[in-house]
Amino acid sequence: MVAPATLDRREAVAALLADRGALLVVAGLGSPAYDLHAAGDHDANFYLWGAMGGAALMGLGLAQAQPDKPVLVLTGDGEALMGLGGLATIAVAAPGNLTIAVVNNGHFGETGMQRSHTGRGLDLAAVAAACGFAETGIVTDMAGVAGLCAVLHRPAAGPRLFVLRVEARNLPRSLPARDAVYLKTRFRAHLGLGVS
Amino acid sequence: MAADGEGSDWPGALHRALKDAGVTRMSHVPDAGHARLIALCEDDPAMVTNVLTTEEEGIAIAAGAWLGGEASVLLLQSSGVGNCINMLSLPAIGRFPLLMLVTMWGEWAEFNPWQVPMGRATQATLEAMGVTVQRADTADELVATVESAAALAFKADQQVAVLISQRLLGKKTW
Repeated sequence: MVAPATLDRREAVAALLADRGALLVVAGLGSPAYDLHAAGDHDANFYLWGAMGGAALMGLGLAQAQPDKPVLVLTGDGEALMGLGGLATIAVAAPGNLTIAVVNNGHFGETGMQRSHTGRGLDLAAVAAACGFAETGIVTDMAGVAGLCAVLHRPAAGPRLFVLRVEARNLPRSLPARDAVYLKTRFRAHLGLGVS
Repeated sequence: MAADGEGSDWPGALHRALKDAGVTRMSHVPDAGHARLIALCEDDPAMVTNVLTTEEEGIAIAAGAWLGGEASVLLLQSSGVGNCINMLSLPAIGRFPLLMLVTMWGEWAEFNPWQVPMGRATQATLEAMGVTVQRADTADELVATVESAAALAFKADQQVAVLISQRLLGKKTW
C-alpha cells in the first residue's frame, strides 16, 4: 500500500535548498533538475539532461573528491530505479558526506505520467537500507523536509537516502542550461579548480 | 601457452604510470586480466577505489570525481563496454576526461564463445560513442599507450579507451 503523497515538489526542494551553504548539488534529469533550477540557479549545481541512472554515482565521485563538503543528489524515482545497482556501489563506498534525495511522485512524469515501480509499491528507502546506507527515511510533510535540511550538512557514518513523497503533478518547467561543458566549468571554478 | 606479457610486471608499470598522470581514483568490475592492477590500486593509500555492480557506474563516478577535481581510471572487460553505451553521453557532452583500460576477451584463443560477440564489437561500440580507441598488443607498448591515453584524457579532455590484447593477457586455463 502506497501512502498518500502530500508534498508540493517545488516547495519541498526550495525549502531543502533555502540555506544551502557549502552544499554541492547534482540533479537527475527531468523534473528534479527543474525543481533545483526553480529553487535558484547556483554555480555549485550540476544538472543532468541525460545519463539516466547516473546521478547518484556522479554524486559519489564528487563526494569522494570533496570529502569536506556536503553533497546532495536530487533525483527522481525513475532515475533512481534505473541505477538501482548503484545504491550497492554507494553503500560499499560509504561516503559520509553524500545524501540522495529522491523526489518520488510514483510516476515517470517526463514521459506521460506512467506509474513507476515506486508507484506500484517499491520502497526505495528500504532498498537503500538493505544495501547498507547509514540513514534512510521517507519524508511526507514540510516538517520532515525542515529536519532534513540540518541532516544534509552534518557528516554521517555512511551515505543517506531520503524519499520525498510528492504529488504527481507536472508543473511548468524551469529550464536550466543544457550546455554541460559550461555547467562543468562553472562548477569547477566555484571549487577553485582550473579551466583546461 | 604463455602469455606474451608473462614475466613482465606490466601491472606494476601501469600503476606507476597512472600515478604519474595524477590518477587518484580507480573504479572496477572484477577481471582476471586486471587482478594485479586492482590489488595494487586497492593497496595504495593515495588511491580511492570503487567496486561496481556494472561498468556504466564508473563512467558517472569518473565525471563526478572530475567535477570535484580528481582524475580517475576505469578498469573493465570488453564485455562491459556494451553496458556503458548511453552513460558515455555524459563525458562526451560535458567533455569530461575519461580513461578506460579494457581487457580484451573473445579474440585470441578464446574458449568461451559468449565472450566473442562483445569482444568483436568493443572497438566499434566505443568509437560510435566518440571514444578514442588505442590498442596495445605487448607489455612495452601497453605502458607507453596508457601514458599517451592519460595525457589525451586529462590534458585534452578526451574520452580514451586502451584495449589490452588478449594475447598479452594470456590464455585462460579451463
